[in-house]
Amino acid sequence: MGTRYGGLLAAPAMLAVCSAVLAAAGQAPAYRAPRTADGKPNLNGIWQTISEADWDVEGHSAAPGRVLALGAEDAVVPGLGVVEGGPLPYLPAAASKRKENFEKRLTADPEIKCYLPGVPRAMYLAQPFQIIQSATHVMMAFQYAGAIRTVYMTNHTDAPADSWMGWSNGRWEGETLVIDSTGFNDLSWFDRSGNFHSDALHVVERITAAGPDHLNYEATIEDPKVFSRPWKMSLTLYRRKEKGARLLEFRCVEFVEELIYGQLRKPGTKAP
Amino acid sequence: MRHRFIASLGLPLAAVVVAVMASPRVAGQTAGPAKPAPAKPAATKKYTVPRTPDGQPDFQGFWTNSTYVPLERPDNVQKAFYTDQEFEVAVKAAAAREAEQTEPGTVADVHYDFSQFGLDRSQSAFVKNLRTSLIVDPPNGKMPPLTAEGQKRAADRAAERRRMGATTDAVQNMPIGTRCLIMAGSGPPMMSAGYNSNYQIVQSANYVMILVEMIHDARIIPLGGGAPLPDSMRQWMGDSRGHWEGDTLVIETTNFNGKNPFRGSSDRMRVTERLTRTDANVLSYQFTIDDPATWTAPWTAEAPMTRSVGPIFEHACHEGNYGVANTLAGARLEEKKAAAAAAAKKGAN
Repeated sequence: MGTRYGGLLAAPAMLAVCSAVLAAAGQAPAYRAPRTADGKPNLNGIWQTISEADWDVEGHSAAPGRVLALGAEDAVVPGLGVVEGGPLPYLPAAASKRKENFEKRLTADPEIKCYLPGVPRAMYLAQPFQIIQSATHVMMAFQYAGAIRTVYMTNHTDAPADSWMGWSNGRWEGETLVIDSTGFNDLSWFDRSGNFHSDALHVVERITAAGPDHLNYEATIEDPKVFSRPWKMSLTLYRRKEKGARLLEFRCVEFVEELIYGQLRKPGTKAP
Repeated sequence: MRHRFIASLGLPLAAVVVAVMASPRVAGQTAGPAKPAPAKPAATKKYTVPRTPDGQPDFQGFWTNSTYVPLERPDNVQKAFYTDQEFEVAVKAAAAREAEQTEPGTVADVHYDFSQFGLDRSQSAFVKNLRTSLIVDPPNGKMPPLTAEGQKRAADRAAERRRMGATTDAVQNMPIGTRCLIMAGSGPPMMSAGYNSNYQIVQSANYVMILVEMIHDARIIPLGGGAPLPDSMRQWMGDSRGHWEGDTLVIETTNFNGKNPFRGSSDRMRVTERLTRTDANVLSYQFTIDDPATWTAPWTAEAPMTRSVGPIFEHACHEGNYGVANTLAGARLEEKKAAAAAAAKKGAN
């Protein structure tokens, strides 16, 4: 380690010089997350967005809700949006479908029926999720509907069949977990306002620890049946830090049964 | 497609045999792992469980608890273990019962033929278990007697069931699994599902995750303490906390919501599970049910798991639940037809 600056004692000084140079260039030195026992950035934890992306991934003002009786609790919460670079690039036919989705959202939004949320919507719901990371798998367990994503870190294969949550192959690029997902069905939405995709959806996510308690999350969406070009969203995921933080059960099927099947109940019987 | 996964995962031949065994009715062979779950401790070399990078016993991978062994010992059986020959006979009989599920004129008639889609247990890997019952204590292989409270609760539930009416009157009258709320494989305790009774275990430094295929339930077990949920907070799978005792994972669960009572239990049931990897392909699984509100004594069962082949497929049960919608619609149509027929008959008289 001997250098003309005098050995070990010079190392912090060297780092300080580098940091200063980078800071002057407008860039903080990349955060280096603590490692798991197998030497990878440790993303384990309970995470949640603080954003309004689930209402509408694009920038939007406050707006009336869907149900009169719910008043301000159902009103659309405003948000700056998480989509980078302008309005979503819908193909013309898809743009009409998006408008139709919005108008029918009270009956058509899959989240209302407790259906699996798809990707990337699962990542920015207003409920936490937990990352459980091993050497070969990164599991994401979502409180909403008990949804699950399996990210295969080895033995990558193609999706054996379509699914709501897709088929995810992951790899590390330095500090970043890169997840490449295909094999989606066309039944989930991106948000409550009707932004949607087809079964050609291809999502590439990049998750990077930006500090001990937050992750930078980016997703590039590609869907040639719906969008004229790929587009990107980015948002922050925050660690749930309260004492005893944990996922609880949000087994919502029970709460939507009467909504979905109530009209098929025997005449003369009452809903519970 | 199975073969592709087997090749890519480099599984030993024994596991291939486990996964792709022909139906016993055709080949006269019994499916099961190459190394059967030992009925009693064997005098062989002690298995050294591999460790995760965090130094914990490594239980990771895909497992199944699929079994024909009943929870309780059949009435006409007195002993705790079958011989190998008796086991073969018992399995053949159970497989034959499974194949009869579409008997015309019975309730089971509406179900598809399990064996046609390879869903019957005889065409899947299952644990070779010579026990005549999963229950090992009490020694008679049966649940202990019910307490007075347990008997009353059972009677009350039966009465409520009758008051609710036919299962086809409304979705809330249907079985919990049919409604896609939760299935037997989740528990706890984790019981064999009728098919696809698969699990995936993934371990991190502070959690063991047991992913139950149906209905995509992730049991996330925190290790090493942590406060339990308050008594007022109840969940379908209760509240589980785990710790290691040597190489055994012990999971304690309380705070059940009582909506899916295991074998008539109360919401005060406490489940203690013990998992130990006793061999490369065997995960010993034992559970104790402690519910003084229901049974006069705690009772214990053993339901070992064997290696299975991944992946776990997405079980989007609720999303694809045409069964409930179509069954209800069919019942309403039958009622309309019956009413129309009655009206026509009345008009003709």
